[in-house]
Amino acid sequence: MNWLINLGANTLSRLSAIGNASLMLWGGLFAVPRLKNIPLIIQQVYVVGVQSLLIIIVSGLFIGMVMALQGYTILVNYGAEGSLGPMVALSLLRELGPVVTALLFAGRAGSALTAEIGLMKATEQLSSLEMMAVDPLRRIIAPRFWAGVISMPLLALIFSAVGILGGHLVGVDWLGVDSGSYWSIMQSTVDWDKDVINGVIKSVVFALVVVWIALYKGYDAIPTSEGISKATTETVVFSSLAILGIDFVLTALMFGIN
Amino acid sequence: MTSKKTELMVGIFVALAIAATLLLALQVANQGMSGSGEIYKVSAKFDNIGGLKARSSVKVGGVIVGRVSRIYLDERELIPVVEMEISSNYARTFPETSSVSILTAGLLGEQYVGLTPGFVFPGEDPIYIGDQDGETKFIVDTKSALVLEDLIGQFLFGKDSE
Repeated sequence: MNWLINLGANTLSRLSAIGNASLMLWGGLFAVPRLKNIPLIIQQVYVVGVQSLLIIIVSGLFIGMVMALQGYTILVNYGAEGSLGPMVALSLLRELGPVVTALLFAGRAGSALTAEIGLMKATEQLSSLEMMAVDPLRRIIAPRFWAGVISMPLLALIFSAVGILGGHLVGVDWLGVDSGSYWSIMQSTVDWDKDVINGVIKSVVFALVVVWIALYKGYDAIPTSEGISKATTETVVFSSLAILGIDFVLTALMFGIN
Repeated sequence: MTSKKTELMVGIFVALAIAATLLLALQVANQGMSGSGEIYKVSAKFDNIGGLKARSSVKVGGVIVGRVSRIYLDERELIPVVEMEISSNYARTFPETSSVSILTAGLLGEQYVGLTPGFVFPGEDPIYIGDQDGETKFIVDTKSALVLEDLIGQFLFGKDSE
């Protein structure tokens, strides 16, 4: 009997969590049209986007460089080192750009969002806002949500571009692949709609998921120090898993069957 | 609440993102021939298209003049038909006697359509590919893709008959 009760209680709490998260997303999504909220969004783009810029640029550079190095040692066996450009560009634009950016974003910005909002809840700042008739969804959640959704695709684009330049640095300047063939074969292989735009779509989806999870985990955190630490951990774990799972589905939809 | 410095940093961030997009658009991605400019369509029937795909390039002596837009099977004759889009810069350029063959770029490279311009009989009005009326503008002279198995078969057969 007991396990049946447990099962029922578990199911109900999961369902209510999904319901709460959806209500919060609703509040976040529909709180955008206020013009006076735009400075709040810009403030959050600074916190979420600009402050993630350094880690994105550095990891993009090194990932591009490592891929050029690895790709070169394999491709040179077949005399196909001219294909280094498309290899680096396609893997960055289609997969690594959106996915690694989202993972870094979840670790760098997502955890910070959860901790910030969790602490706001623990110190009852959210309740005081409500007492002053300010909707915390509008004032706190919505600007962070939109700032994340705006920043992530931009970060992913910067990541891919820096990575391709990093590949150029190692492939052309160090290992001596011809610069002309690096760019020209890349140009003939990479398609604007199919590769670049699909990568941007991917990172918008990842942004929605990561920011949603981060904000909900903070909003729903148990207002104690353990609760906030647990919520922060869960944010990083759940968003990383969600990114990788959704990435497979999106890749299958976009590039799977022609 | 939003200080000037924050706004400046966000501005730099957005400018960087725009720069990255421009780099990807201008330097990395190809816009394709179909998107830009006028094109005209010609088709050719082959016995075997090998590994040719839609979006493969059509080249004249190595210069890209168009792309393969569609590949389908002729319902009556049951042979593959390759439909090509050629840039209108090259309208009325290639005579009707031009031939197309499916070639491979390098040893492991992708396959493309090689167009060899034909000749014009002296004293006659030249007819160009794409000039013919109606839906079907076919190039008659075609050479199929080289299939390795066929080549080996021919080699073995040739040895036997000696």
